Amino acid sequence: MFLRRAYYTHPEFAVGFRQMAPQSLGIAAWGLMTGVAMVKSGMSIVEALAMAMFVYAGSSQLAAIPLLLVGAPMWVILATAFCVNLRFVVFSLHLRSYLIHLPRLERLVTGYLTTDITYVLFVQRFPKPGQTEEARVAQQAYLAGNSCVNWSNWVGSSILGIALANFIPTAWGLGFAGILCLVGILCSLATTRLRMLSAALAGVAAVAAYALPLKLNIIVAIAVAVLACLSLEKLRPSPPPAPELPEEHRA
Amino acid sequence: MTGTTDLWTLAVIGGMACVTVIARCFFFIFDRPWSLPHWAQRGLQYAPIAALSAVVVPEVVMTQGQLIGSLHDARIYAAAAGVAAYFWRRDVMATIVVGMAVFLPLHIGLGW
Repeated sequence: MFLRRAYYTHPEFAVGFRQMAPQSLGIAAWGLMTGVAMVKSGMSIVEALAMAMFVYAGSSQLAAIPLLLVGAPMWVILATAFCVNLRFVVFSLHLRSYLIHLPRLERLVTGYLTTDITYVLFVQRFPKPGQTEEARVAQQAYLAGNSCVNWSNWVGSSILGIALANFIPTAWGLGFAGILCLVGILCSLATTRLRMLSAALAGVAAVAAYALPLKLNIIVAIAVAVLACLSLEKLRPSPPPAPELPEEHRA
Repeated sequence: MTGTTDLWTLAVIGGMACVTVIARCFFFIFDRPWSLPHWAQRGLQYAPIAALSAVVVPEVVMTQGQLIGSLHDARIYAAAAGVAAYFWRRDVMATIVVGMAVFLPLHIGLGW
């Protein structure tokens, strides 16, 4: 399947592997920090390990931690995780022409493993989807090599963080590093005035509606911010900006 | 959630893994081409940052469901420093490093 012999013996596998290497330090630091943050905010080792290995999306993991902590309902946590992940929906539209020829299972595994940084490197290396069987195998080989480094690095550094967390006193408040990471990602998304307005409105609404049960303040805040920005956009239509390239160091 | 594993949390984690698959594969799960209605496409511009802000802001400015009443709180200074660091270096790691460099002395040293 994704790790077929045809892929890992292909020269593009090594290229994908190599191109990911310079990014690895940043991703490892982030994985380490996410590992520490998960345990320090009260998750068990098993839960933290399962999250690092299966959820495999740093920003939605970090966003879910405070919600898990207060026992928010599952649909609120999943809806929040989905909203944080919406940038991937934009990428998936672009990746469709590269992957649609594959059998569905391989397609889904490939998509699942394609994080922000892999997506950026991949579309730089292959600006056009391959038309021949050979070109398509090369693309898959590149993705396999790239994702291989990325996954092992993310899971390895998360495990290290989870292990180290036990030696760090909770009173130090290291879990706050997770919030700071989300602050950084938030800043990286603030590329237009309307997006900044969306962030400001959502922040104020989430605080104002905090007393709502079931952590519904998060959902209300997202709805208020998005609806306000869509209405403002209608008043002053502007050409839609190209989908932004994501910042580095995000899984 | 106090360091013990419970089934509900594991179920949420399973659900979140599905969310990762759905988001990353959104437009190639099905074979036939399709597109979102215009409003939803535009909503994609604003929803991610709104979701992050809705999670982050209460974590920085509230304690026990109340707005913090005192300025002796390490979180606000750390978050402000983190924002400044991002726009200085354009790097998420800078936010974490600078933010924690402000947070830890205030939090551990002064007990804020």
